[in-house]
Amino acid sequence: MTVAIVGAAETTELGKIPDLSQIQLHADAALNTLADAGLQAKDIDGVATAGESPIAIAHYLGIAPRWVDGSSVGGCSFMLHVRHAAAAIEAGYADTILITHGESGRSGVGRGGGGGGRASLPAQFEGPYGGMGPTTMFTIGVLRYMKQYGMTHEQLAMVAVVQREWAGMNPRASFRDPITVEDVLNSRMIAYPFHLFECCLVTDGGGALILTKAERAKDFPNRPVYILGSGESVESPMVSQMKDLTSSQAFRIAGGEALRSAGISHEDVDHLMVYDAFAHLPIWGLEDLGFCERGEAAGFIEDGNTRPGGKLPLNTNGGGLSYMHSGMYGMYALQESVRQMRGTAPAQVPDAEISVCLGVGGMFAASGCIVMTNQQP
Amino acid sequence: MADSTGLRPRPLPQPTPETQHFWDGTKVGELRLQRCIDCGTVYFPPRPVCPGNSSSDVEWFVASGNGSLLSYVINYRPHPSFDGPYAIALVKLDEGPTMMSNIVDCPQTPEALVLDMPLEVTFENHGDIAIPLFRPKGS
Repeated sequence: MTVAIVGAAETTELGKIPDLSQIQLHADAALNTLADAGLQAKDIDGVATAGESPIAIAHYLGIAPRWVDGSSVGGCSFMLHVRHAAAAIEAGYADTILITHGESGRSGVGRGGGGGGRASLPAQFEGPYGGMGPTTMFTIGVLRYMKQYGMTHEQLAMVAVVQREWAGMNPRASFRDPITVEDVLNSRMIAYPFHLFECCLVTDGGGALILTKAERAKDFPNRPVYILGSGESVESPMVSQMKDLTSSQAFRIAGGEALRSAGISHEDVDHLMVYDAFAHLPIWGLEDLGFCERGEAAGFIEDGNTRPGGKLPLNTNGGGLSYMHSGMYGMYALQESVRQMRGTAPAQVPDAEISVCLGVGGMFAASGCIVMTNQQP
Repeated sequence: MADSTGLRPRPLPQPTPETQHFWDGTKVGELRLQRCIDCGTVYFPPRPVCPGNSSSDVEWFVASGNGSLLSYVINYRPHPSFDGPYAIALVKLDEGPTMMSNIVDCPQTPEALVLDMPLEVTFENHGDIAIPLFRPKGS
């Protein structure tokens, strides 16, 4: 297969453009390029950019992508984007990719880059209201979910209780002592309805992965873990602009693509990781991945399905709530999926062959999902 | 700089050319939203392109200022601009879009802050800029 450039244009004006902010320069160039190609934003399923977040560009233009590249390595970033885009199209990760650049280099209007500064849209329309980062922003939709589906405070607390059971089996977990629902509800209130034990830890740590061709995998000392499927997406840089507070569009697109590309059904999954910055994340993940119907995941966890010995072991390292959380926890979720597939996890799931690992970025702003297996595809 | 309450002013926005009409509106007591002339989509936050169909044929209009309480948290951690536990809310505007805001003229408790309660906009002036806040309708 060969990949072609079918649209190309610059901003309407060049030079001094004080009446457009930096993100609007991206948008102006994008709209001109869409017109050049005879397309609308809804025809685009992949977004790459540097200087601004691809999350911000996608949301600004109304794109729900299934492939995203925010590689930012300076002025040649767009060459890398072209290369990554060609590979992505060849791989079937996206069909029609938009690469944008915009920079208010002279006028400096709305030049926050990646959402910084008082002129970014999040700073203008969420910043004034006293948000304290993830504890107040990630959690803001949960009361709506509770009203819509009848989830109780006790059910939300149960997520933390079950993950502590897994952590108790893991010598490297930060918190290992068993806790009860009452303990969770008696822990300090952080941002109603979230108590301390329903919020992730803050710890130090790191992790790394090495990937190579599957045909070389047998030359290495450890049992190979194969990438069976994957997916990605972004929704909005502002939690307030989620289409539905009770469900993540990025989870649905990334998770759906991961399961589809892996060619598996939910019954094939032996082990699941859902990035749990807060106790509601596993509930959103179970529903958005399709393991549970909407509104049923809290009951699914309460009934013991995800605890040790349950039919869908979830967050078996103890998760961000009890194992560790350095800030960008996704690496630790991947590490636990690899351990489970190697058969070396402290709380090993017997005979597990397929692991699904769902990550989140920002406050439901982005998602990536990886399906792994220890069976050679 | 702290005022007589000991609190710093809330973090204030810096308008950009595409959002200026919104912030011009709040200064004169208007909540302005945008609408796509082609497809009728009402959207927020401000931008000169419709997220529904990529059209640049858009206009702003003065919204009713009415909405309802979609969801919230009550933050218990100290913030230099807020006194005691305070709610950060999402308001579903009658015209469709959702905005983040604070709820004023109302106890900041789960008992007083009832989901779907009707709200109306009010504006808090900070010299060059006015911030839209919401209060229980008729309060």
